[in-house]
Amino acid sequence: MGVLSRLKERLTRTRRAISDGISGLFKGGRPIDDALFAELEELLYTADLGKVAAEVTGELARAHRRGEIHGEEDVRAALKGELLQRLDQPGGEVSLDHHPTVILIAGVNGSGKTTSIAKLAHRFREQGRRVLVAACDTFRAAASDQLEIWAERSGVEVVRGGDGADPAAVAFDAVEAAVVRGADVLIVDTAGRLHTQKNLMDELSKIVRVIQRRIPEAPHEAWLVLDATNGQNAVQQAREFTAAIEVTGLIVAKLDGTARGGAVFGIREAMGIPVRYIGTGETMELLEVFEPEAFVDALLRPDGEE
Amino acid sequence: MTSPARAIRRISFFIQELPSSAALDGGAQRTFPWIGRKPLSSSRAGQRRRDSFRLGRPGLSTVFESLTKRLSSAFQSLRGERKVTADNVEAGLEEVRLALLEADVHFKVARDLVARVRDSVLGEEVLQGVDASQQFAHAVHTALVDLMGPEDATLDLEGPRPTVILMAGLQGAGKTTTCAKLARLLVEKHGRKPLMVAADVKRPAAVEQLRVLGKQISVPVFHQAGLAPEEVCARGVERAKIDGADVVILDTAGRLHVDDELMDEVARIAERTRPRNQVLVVDAMTGQDAVRSAEEFHARLTLSGVILTKLDGDARGGAAVSLKAVTGRPILFVGTGEKIEDLDAFGPERMAGRILGMGDVVGLVERAQETVDEKEAQASFERMVMGSFTLEDLFGQIRMIQRLGPLKKVLGMMPGMGGMLDKVDLDDGHMKRLEALGQSMTPRERLMPQVLDMSRRRRVARGAGQELSAVNQLLKMHKGMGQMMKKMGMGGMAGKAKRKALEGLSSDGSLAAGDLPKGGLLSNLAGGLPDLSKLGGAGGGPGGGPGGGPGGLPGMGGLGDLMGGGAGRAPGSSATRQSGSKRKKQKKNRRRKGRKK
Repeated sequence: MGVLSRLKERLTRTRRAISDGISGLFKGGRPIDDALFAELEELLYTADLGKVAAEVTGELARAHRRGEIHGEEDVRAALKGELLQRLDQPGGEVSLDHHPTVILIAGVNGSGKTTSIAKLAHRFREQGRRVLVAACDTFRAAASDQLEIWAERSGVEVVRGGDGADPAAVAFDAVEAAVVRGADVLIVDTAGRLHTQKNLMDELSKIVRVIQRRIPEAPHEAWLVLDATNGQNAVQQAREFTAAIEVTGLIVAKLDGTARGGAVFGIREAMGIPVRYIGTGETMELLEVFEPEAFVDALLRPDGEE
Repeated sequence: MTSPARAIRRISFFIQELPSSAALDGGAQRTFPWIGRKPLSSSRAGQRRRDSFRLGRPGLSTVFESLTKRLSSAFQSLRGERKVTADNVEAGLEEVRLALLEADVHFKVARDLVARVRDSVLGEEVLQGVDASQQFAHAVHTALVDLMGPEDATLDLEGPRPTVILMAGLQGAGKTTTCAKLARLLVEKHGRKPLMVAADVKRPAAVEQLRVLGKQISVPVFHQAGLAPEEVCARGVERAKIDGADVVILDTAGRLHVDDELMDEVARIAERTRPRNQVLVVDAMTGQDAVRSAEEFHARLTLSGVILTKLDGDARGGAAVSLKAVTGRPILFVGTGEKIEDLDAFGPERMAGRILGMGDVVGLVERAQETVDEKEAQASFERMVMGSFTLEDLFGQIRMIQRLGPLKKVLGMMPGMGGMLDKVDLDDGHMKRLEALGQSMTPRERLMPQVLDMSRRRRVARGAGQELSAVNQLLKMHKGMGQMMKKMGMGGMAGKAKRKALEGLSSDGSLAAGDLPKGGLLSNLAGGLPDLSKLGGAGGGPGGGPGGGPGGLPGMGGLGDLMGGGAGRAPGSSATRQSGSKRKKQKKNRRRKGRKK
């Protein structure tokens, strides 16, 4: 199964909402007018596109006035162009050419960090790399246990401290262990924190500083995990996390429910942070490298077309 | 009279006076480093001054601009009009719709709400003298409150025991944490004896997580490995009967509403255990999808209510509106923090305020109710007015504020302050450092600060691990506050103005929308928060009327000054009735006088 069709299957609910919605708009040979664009805008809002929805529709309406849009196909094409333009980023897998490559994972509570880390670890392990995971969520009860169980399943090692241990200390130990044991990738799990909690955001910066004490250029990647069901607040999250650490990429988790994922556009536009991976299901394999074209296609292509 | 709101007023006054007294030596930032000022571009500062009442987050994207602000431009067309008509109202309504969408209210719900607002305002007279935007903000606020109400929804704890509570929701909504919070609440407030059942067999270590939480609050947790979730739940209920537990809380696995298999499972659990309460746990940050997932859960379960989590973040929480509209079920509680006691009752008023960017005064009062010792506050206040305000009192106040929770959270609950939180850099650590200084003093020093000579000051600084300058700043702050208090107590100039402003509080001390001083923050808000008189709650009004207590509840005037904006005016701040420029001048004069001395 190709990437596109797999994605399509995974994002089927989202696609239905938007794609079928567009088909619905044109039912009965309806003329393209302001009312139609207003409905299109609402449609895009359901995918949590936020103000991007208004912008995109505005562009389309202007194009229509210039006489560039005549029917449903034009609308789809123009929409795709507009959306793709907002996701402008190179696709493909991140290079992991440092040894160890240190990847810091952060996000708000319940966004799906630990599960995403399990999937990442599994993925890198499958690629034949030696993976070490640092369980720096020492706050939430049994978080380290959760990570350990996942890690066991995919055969990666875990460095952990006790509940309530200093997360920065665990991170330091883990970096040390990664160097000593010759790991290829070190993934650092952190506790969920709301971006409004200054002390916890400071803690995040501290973890980075402590890691840098051992490997000055680390962490090589810092990824923010976003819950795809989050609405417009996701942009604010991205903003605040970026202020605390240098976020180099996004992982969009839980993209397998209904109409979701639109927040990606807003974040990409506001912050310029590329999306790295999307989590599309509960099993370990269901983590896809983010491909903008495939993603937008999956959103817009009507059923029965490949 | 027990009146937590009164205590709150005092506290807000205290917070307010910190920076004011600091301004005397022109070094607020030095003296109160926790209120750092982020750089403000000059053009933006200018705009902030013009919009002295704006409530939103200046400088941020439109997403966080408050409705009132947005409306004021949209309703330019209403200037000079006498009646609201379909023609002159549309632009404003479109703004309302966008504001709701940006707060993550579902688009259909937003559309209905707009229609309702349109109906309620059409044909209405345009109130001259009041900004039309306020008139509309009020209408929107009312529509939101109507939709999200009624207020007093709670768990159904009647019927045969044990009462079963089923908790369901998407992954990561916060079910497990909320189970523990709910269990604690049932113990503390209802005197019940709960048992928690760990039925999340899916997520690794979920059972362990609940066990750890259970231990923290001394509530037993039932789990039996190797069984299907519905079986675990059924046996949990049986166990509760044997152990004499009278409430059973079922913590189920997180599930996607499109996952038929898992949705069947949760329906089976409900069938086996017949829960009187079937609660959907929803993340406040949820976007448009909230509606669809709620619909699905509601179709499979007989939901009795919703708990909204992670409201301590800055999500507007528009999901709350959508949920109520779709399920027709009330929102029972809201999760407001990581600590186990952070579970509050839901108030439609304050939620509407939040969605529209208007603060959460009611929540603040409730929080105070739980944490503030009224007697202590009263005694301390009396000493202040009598001019015998000691360092002991100062530390008492600091402790009181700390008990309310993180400063940022407290300020965020005040109307108009939400918008400033990104401008101030509040650091609770400095409160702690101040306290450390206090702990490094002898009781005598705390009661008689004048004995603190250089040698003692040095000792205190050493003892607290801080610089001598920190001690000096503390003493300066204390002195400043004492002077301010004395002035008020004697009814000096500031006191008079204050009293006048206090009359804006109605006779029972509650804030009445009608007679708020014009130009003040609340006058702009009055429309939006129509029923502030509820503030005092059943326990009596929040203040003793004129002279009864300093400062209005949202008396953040001083802080507003400090932050360079005109925002945050409120009745009770001495500057309420003055224009921004006048205020500035006066401040300058004060500063000069301070220097001369």
